[in-house]
Amino acid sequence: MDQLLQHSLNALILGGTYALLGIGLTLIFGIMRVVNFTHGELYAFGAYMMYLWVMLAGINFYLALVLAVLLGVGLGALIELALLRRLRGADIDTTMLVMIGAWIALQNLEQFTWSGVAKSIRSPFPSAPLVLGPVSVSWNRLFVFAVASALIVATYALINRSKLGKAMRATFQDPETAALMGVDISRIHTATFALGSGLAAAAGALLGPVFVAYPTMGDLASLKAFAIVILGGLGSIPGATAGGFILAFMEELGAGYVSSGFRDGMGFMLIIAILLVKPTGLFARRERIG
Amino acid sequence: MKRTLTLAFLALLLSLPLWMSSLYVLHILIMTGIFIIAAMSLNLLLGYTGQLSLGHVAFFGIGAYTSSLVSLGFDVHLLPDWRVALAPKPVWLGMLLGVLLAAGCGWVIGRIAFKVRGAYFVIVSVSFAEVVRLIALNWLELTQGPMALNNIPVLRLGIPDWFEFAFLRKPANYYLVLTVAILAYLLIQRLVHSRAGRAMVALRENEALAASVGIDVTRYLVLATFVSAGIAGAAGALYAHYVRIVDPEVFSFIYTVTMVIMVVTGGKGTLLGPIVGGLLFGLLPEILRAFGIPPEIQWVSYGVLMILVVSFLPAGIVPALAGWWQQRGDAAAQPAVAASSRPPQP
Amino acid sequence: MSQPSAIELSLDRLTIRFGGLTAVDGLSFQVRQGEIASLIGPNGAGKTSAFNAITGYIAPAAGSVSWRGKRLDGLKPHQIAELGVVRTFQKTSVFAGLSVLDNVLIGLHLRSKQQPLAALLGRVAAEEAALATEAHGILQFIGLAARLGQLASSLPYGELRLLEVAIALAAKPKLLLLDEPVCGLNPAETASFMQLIDRIRALGMTILLVEHDMKMVMGVSDRIVCLNEGRVIAEGAPADIQKHPEVVRAYLGRPRT
Repeated sequence: MDQLLQHSLNALILGGTYALLGIGLTLIFGIMRVVNFTHGELYAFGAYMMYLWVMLAGINFYLALVLAVLLGVGLGALIELALLRRLRGADIDTTMLVMIGAWIALQNLEQFTWSGVAKSIRSPFPSAPLVLGPVSVSWNRLFVFAVASALIVATYALINRSKLGKAMRATFQDPETAALMGVDISRIHTATFALGSGLAAAAGALLGPVFVAYPTMGDLASLKAFAIVILGGLGSIPGATAGGFILAFMEELGAGYVSSGFRDGMGFMLIIAILLVKPTGLFARRERIG
Repeated sequence: MKRTLTLAFLALLLSLPLWMSSLYVLHILIMTGIFIIAAMSLNLLLGYTGQLSLGHVAFFGIGAYTSSLVSLGFDVHLLPDWRVALAPKPVWLGMLLGVLLAAGCGWVIGRIAFKVRGAYFVIVSVSFAEVVRLIALNWLELTQGPMALNNIPVLRLGIPDWFEFAFLRKPANYYLVLTVAILAYLLIQRLVHSRAGRAMVALRENEALAASVGIDVTRYLVLATFVSAGIAGAAGALYAHYVRIVDPEVFSFIYTVTMVIMVVTGGKGTLLGPIVGGLLFGLLPEILRAFGIPPEIQWVSYGVLMILVVSFLPAGIVPALAGWWQQRGDAAAQPAVAASSRPPQP
Repeated sequence: MSQPSAIELSLDRLTIRFGGLTAVDGLSFQVRQGEIASLIGPNGAGKTSAFNAITGYIAPAAGSVSWRGKRLDGLKPHQIAELGVVRTFQKTSVFAGLSVLDNVLIGLHLRSKQQPLAALLGRVAAEEAALATEAHGILQFIGLAARLGQLASSLPYGELRLLEVAIALAAKPKLLLLDEPVCGLNPAETASFMQLIDRIRALGMTILLVEHDMKMVMGVSDRIVCLNEGRVIAEGAPADIQKHPEVVRAYLGRPRT
């Protein structure tokens, strides 16, 4: 029972960052209909930015976190402006292929810059965990959970309460009508991609100090993000949030009770199983794309 | 004109081991050839049928592992008291089973593809490849996991104890790969120039219209994945018995990406595209390495190259060249697309 | 006009819903063998939805579709085509990246029993030649023979619409459903198309037409069915429909006094 509680607590914390990844991708995938292969690379970018600013530049941890997220937003905007804008009318295959090219280029740039050796990032938290009765949790992870939750709430507020969010929702529902109503679709796309990338970078920046940073860390992150989007349904923030926690729980429980080797495989098997049963995803209300 | 070029090219390929003394170059050509076979198979699915399947490496790996395991023999416990063992079998049988198992998996994926379309199918196909990789990595009893399957035997053809030829040396492997590549090419060429091939292209171009004239969408999707996967499995089997070590890295997504880059830059939906793309991306690393460019930067340049080609030459190099050639007034050079566009002979 | 005999197509209380919207509501009518029937009605009346249901692209919520006594609802589009019911599409639908000849060759899919294995063994040369000849013939019938080798996407709009019909004809339909075939054509092209319809009818086909161009509808139809808001509001010979008050009201919104 204690083990179950510990696993559940771990899953809860992991789920928060997974939700960030998933929300970022579901916005991009949902509003722009782009299969964003670079999502995982933004995650890795966030982690490496933490390494750069905390370990190499010696900047304050919290400041570095903010910086990492902002740089992630910037990189996302850059990718959108440089690559995707020109491809606005192109078919989904072409865009996907360009995203694959960008992913290759980004990952190898990262590998070239930082080398393949894993980098650990020091966090300012005490290393002794906080013990709450039968379970224990490290301060680092608590911090991660707190920040992730705050970001999820902030994103939700942005999408549902702000003018930008309203424009984004309109673009998601019906781009043509939104354009007729005066929404600048290009600007919305840039904002969406930047926001989604920023969330991925945030997830990476938060988890980097918990684990380590290594060049291919983005690959699994990308695939898990897709699993979450499919779980939660395209464009649905509550769905992506729920999906993030569900995936984390499945991973934790699977690793704890079945086999740790298959921990990462959980996500993929989940994807395949769900799409076989319900080809539009678990919570999807819209038609499937493609 | 086209015929003479083709014959000249074939003559060059066939005679190569006779005058190429560098074993290293032969090795590069063998590996490139294996990748070209895999790229041609992906082209059938991605180029002709229009299915962006990004799990193609799974079929390659399944062919490699199956062939290796059959020729090495294995002894596993599927359940605590359910033991399955196989004594080592001849390599040619292993290769055949590798092709069949890969094709079988292709059949399954094809049936799934019909239910799950477009971008979701991309995700499913990638997930499938990842699951297979994780199985290979973790099922130590069967695959040795990261310790790899070693000492995989080479292909032997002939009558045992009487006369047998072992494909051990590089020239032999070169001819083996070349033969399989030519066979694969002919297979695909005949398929795409037939009714089935037209149906596949119809699916790519306009699926609703294709259905309205009686084309069974599921059937042709499944046929395309079946054949495509089988050929990829053959490439994997060739790889296994040439390199003779197989580890779960053979399922890496990077190989799918390599194949995709080859097909897309070469020209998807054309017969020559994957060959041109394959030669380009098989030989380019060697050329770049000669200039001292580190592998990561090579890959950055491939990524950039793919972005450029997709953005500016969306049909690929072969159609672009063919179009340019045609503009120079040479009517004989036509891009190799499905079905002839010449008027019929009465 | 000769008296058409057997029932070719029969819709029985066909109902189609999209989310909360009822596009077609208890639609019933019949088309007799050998006749040219037209389905008319204002936009949103449910005409294309009916076509989609008849040819298996959407599933009806209720009711049935029968062709020569055989139930069509529940079948997949390609199965319906195999039986002999072929449709064209409202939005221009061709295989844009392929040549005109290839377009028609694809249409001839059902005409051949060629198996993939035979193709792999290289035994299909004779049949391919025969198919090419047949495609040539179809293009001549339609009037596009000169465009044989051209890319479909390079054709002018009017010829694209002809190509669509050529592709459908290649499938050798017994019942041909044309969805707004002259939409966007100029009067000369429309007149030419009307002659094409007559030539097609002479081949023995039954034709069901959805059209807005009243001149064309009145000119070619044996019978007209008028829909509004998913229901039949009038049915009969062109002369009767023209004067029918319900039809007039549906189109103009108020009765003519």
